[in-house]
Amino acid sequence: MDTIKQFASEFFVTGDPLILGAQVSIGLTMVAIVFVLSYFRKWGWLWREWLTTVDHKRIGIMYVICSILMLFRGGVDALLMRTQLALPGMEFLHADHYNQIFTTHGVIMILFMAMPLMFGLFNIVIPLQIGARDVAFPFLNSLSFWLFFWGAMLFNMSFVIGGSPDAGWLAYPPLSGLEGSPGVGQNFYIWGIQISGIGSLMTGINFIVTILKMRAPGMGLMKMPMFTWSTLASCLTIILAFPILTITLFLLFMDRYFGAHFFTLDAGGNPMMYINLIWMWGHPEVYIVILPAFGIFSEIVSTFAKKTLFGYKSMVFALMSISIASFFTWAHHFFTMGSGANVNAFFAVTTMIIAIPTGVKIFNWLFTMYRGRIKFTTPMMWTISFIPCFVVGGMTGVMLSVAPADFQFHNSYFLIAHFHQVLIGGVAFGFFAGLTYWWPKMFGFKLHEGLGKWAFWLWNIGFYVCFMPQYFLGLDGMTRRMYTYDFDMGWGPLNLVSTVGGFLMGIGFLFQVWQIAHSIKFMQKDTTGDPWDGRTLEWSIPSPAPLYNFATVPTVSETDDWWATKQRRAAGVPDAPAPALEPIHMPKHSGIPFVMSFFWFVAGFGFVFDWLHFVIPGLAGVAICMLVRSFQYDTDYYIPVDEVRRTEAALRGGKA
Amino acid sequence: MLLLTAALLTGCGDAMVFDPKGPIAAQQKDLIYISMLLCVVILVPVLALTAYIVVRYRDRKDSDAPYEPTWSHNTKLEIVWWAIPIIIIAILAVVTVRYTHALEPSKPIVSEKEELVIQVTSLDWKWLFQYPEQDIATVNYLYIPEDVPVRFELTSDAPMNSFWIPQLGGQIYTMSGMAMTLYLQADEPGVYYGSGANFSGEHFADMTFFATAVPQDEFDAWVEQVKSTSEPLTVEGYDELRQPGTSHVQQFAGIPEGLFYDIVTRYVVDGQNPHAGHGASAPEAEEASDSADAAEHGHDESHAAH
Repeated sequence: MDTIKQFASEFFVTGDPLILGAQVSIGLTMVAIVFVLSYFRKWGWLWREWLTTVDHKRIGIMYVICSILMLFRGGVDALLMRTQLALPGMEFLHADHYNQIFTTHGVIMILFMAMPLMFGLFNIVIPLQIGARDVAFPFLNSLSFWLFFWGAMLFNMSFVIGGSPDAGWLAYPPLSGLEGSPGVGQNFYIWGIQISGIGSLMTGINFIVTILKMRAPGMGLMKMPMFTWSTLASCLTIILAFPILTITLFLLFMDRYFGAHFFTLDAGGNPMMYINLIWMWGHPEVYIVILPAFGIFSEIVSTFAKKTLFGYKSMVFALMSISIASFFTWAHHFFTMGSGANVNAFFAVTTMIIAIPTGVKIFNWLFTMYRGRIKFTTPMMWTISFIPCFVVGGMTGVMLSVAPADFQFHNSYFLIAHFHQVLIGGVAFGFFAGLTYWWPKMFGFKLHEGLGKWAFWLWNIGFYVCFMPQYFLGLDGMTRRMYTYDFDMGWGPLNLVSTVGGFLMGIGFLFQVWQIAHSIKFMQKDTTGDPWDGRTLEWSIPSPAPLYNFATVPTVSETDDWWATKQRRAAGVPDAPAPALEPIHMPKHSGIPFVMSFFWFVAGFGFVFDWLHFVIPGLAGVAICMLVRSFQYDTDYYIPVDEVRRTEAALRGGKA
Repeated sequence: MLLLTAALLTGCGDAMVFDPKGPIAAQQKDLIYISMLLCVVILVPVLALTAYIVVRYRDRKDSDAPYEPTWSHNTKLEIVWWAIPIIIIAILAVVTVRYTHALEPSKPIVSEKEELVIQVTSLDWKWLFQYPEQDIATVNYLYIPEDVPVRFELTSDAPMNSFWIPQLGGQIYTMSGMAMTLYLQADEPGVYYGSGANFSGEHFADMTFFATAVPQDEFDAWVEQVKSTSEPLTVEGYDELRQPGTSHVQQFAGIPEGLFYDIVTRYVVDGQNPHAGHGASAPEAEEASDSADAAEHGHDESHAAH
């Protein structure tokens, strides 16, 4: 009995009322989920329709749901930190608890919120936008999602079991080494990110192939919608950057698990190697998430200004050059580590160069609106507010890139304010805009505009109230990751203002949740499939799109092909006769991705605690799943013409 | 939001970085102002243009604004807005490269006065400052003479940290197994806030300290006072000091010979014993400065030894 008690006290995180509350609520939520599913007899439905699906639209929806949950978790982390910092000498969180929270906040927001939201939008939009029936590798797509899901679960579990990582979101050794962090938290970090990172890499490959090989006939590369271009740029960056992360974390794992010396101080190891490697991934990573946001803004600006996107070729060139240049700036994250003047000067200039294509994009968006007819829908409002926010964030980024000045900005709240400005004002606003814009395509109804505008204003005002003071706190010497500060420093008032801003954004999030709940209950079904008067192919089919997306694969002749079709129809030009329906070739559902990812989770959990009785069955399960899949030949089927005809007739209300 | 920014901007004159008390921080402030100015040159017109376009081309029934739904390309205009950022960035790049060389942290500050050497070690979670020429040491506070260049030699005997006194100049990392060099100087007497700017574990937030700049004679008197009122730091005392934990200010009249060098070379691998270098052939304290010289461009000591 005592040994069990002893074990439980080490296994579960104990001793903090906040964590106890979380444990209880997690337990209750799980019981509630099991009860609801059992009561309504929905287990079979869950398995057949969702857990085993290979349909890109459903996978996209699951990504979005997970990322909203993670936004909640990361947001609560943020508010806990802001509460602790609201007043000098606050005694709300202990130092070690605060350190865990800023670490998990960073990891969750970048890797388990921004990334899946982005993948969700890729999944929902890309095949529809290029006129494809699914992604190139639907099974792999499902595997990517479940690897992300179980990786995220493993990482989040650390909060209540074993203890969270607390060495910062990039976990520099020697602090993240065995000596600096002897607990299991760092192991959760390594395996949570590793498992989901493999999924990210596969998604990158999947969408590159999808975009290059599965476009509708007639859609040349230079006729692709801008979001598709930005996805291609982002995925190319993923496949070059993520292997670096995988290897870096693997080497760190070797150090911690097998006592290797890649990044240790003694026996010839070198922590600087880790810092270089992690930023070779880490810097491209922020461009991976911002590039698709650029694509989203391009689509929205053009739709709601009712005007063709300005400077298409410039935009493509800018996207691609940002993607390439992002690999040559990593050392600007450690100008202050004594690289010498020449190295610093080189990386300072490469960093500044990124401002050029980015600036060009801003001008192109502005001139898309110029001589347009701007409609202030919520997606458009997010887009318009993004422009000043991102320009200011970009400018402070340029200031940070000035290496000798960076010696005064580095690790200070100035830096914190800068990257939150580009990540919230750029990435988050972009993904919110995209989510609102494509929501009707996902579910067949629009989100409530009024509540969306409340959320928009709260987020925007909250953002400036929260982060503008932080620039000044940084210039006044406040460094990041301090869990408390002295009254004498005079940082109290600005911190209090900043905390108020943080909570305004929190209320903004509640409005988004309310908006979604309200819209599910009350919104009118959209019967047109094209509620925004869109320009690209995804708006030419009913919402939500049928399983096979396009009854007949469209033939593309223009950049904004659906817009051109509508123009022709308005001018009275009859459509080309639709080709005859043919049976549609579709992939079969499979439970293997879910099961295999779950075995990865088991193995990862075993590695975290060094329990071979989890590691071995976990890895064996993974291997068996691979074997089983290798011998499956019956993986596809055809939807007969009759069924397509019936579905189309039902969806289009007889219009087809 | 613009009002808020404006209100905050008026307050920024008080911020430490904008209130420099030494030549390094002063030049960094100038550089920050130059880069801010260049940014504002772009920022203001872009914001104005955004506001104009959004207001002028909003969708109204009685709008008299022109509407050209297919106008999507204009080579001249696009050349203009490729050119504007290129020019601004080119100017800033030239300025940056010049300043990067001028403000290289290991570059001595030109002065008639002889420099003071202070050896900085970041520990879990405290700062050890050794004054090898004065043969004294302090923990978590600094005294420096005004108007004298100070040559900080920095290392770490714990997870890396970063040594930052905003009013005197920008920060530099302290890293185990290597010594970095940072020149700073205080132009006038005063008490300047300093901190460990890089997260180094649980009590990292407690690694703040004050650097007090005083006239030379007061500094000499302080050295004498430290020498006469405190105990020397011993090797055992240091081992105790480096144990994880926070500390109040401390002072020591005397430091173990070659301690800084030993800390820097703790991880040197020479094929047999990572701690060879102790014992009979223990190097003199001066060599610590030499090793710092060798390391100032970021060479890792353990690699130099390979």
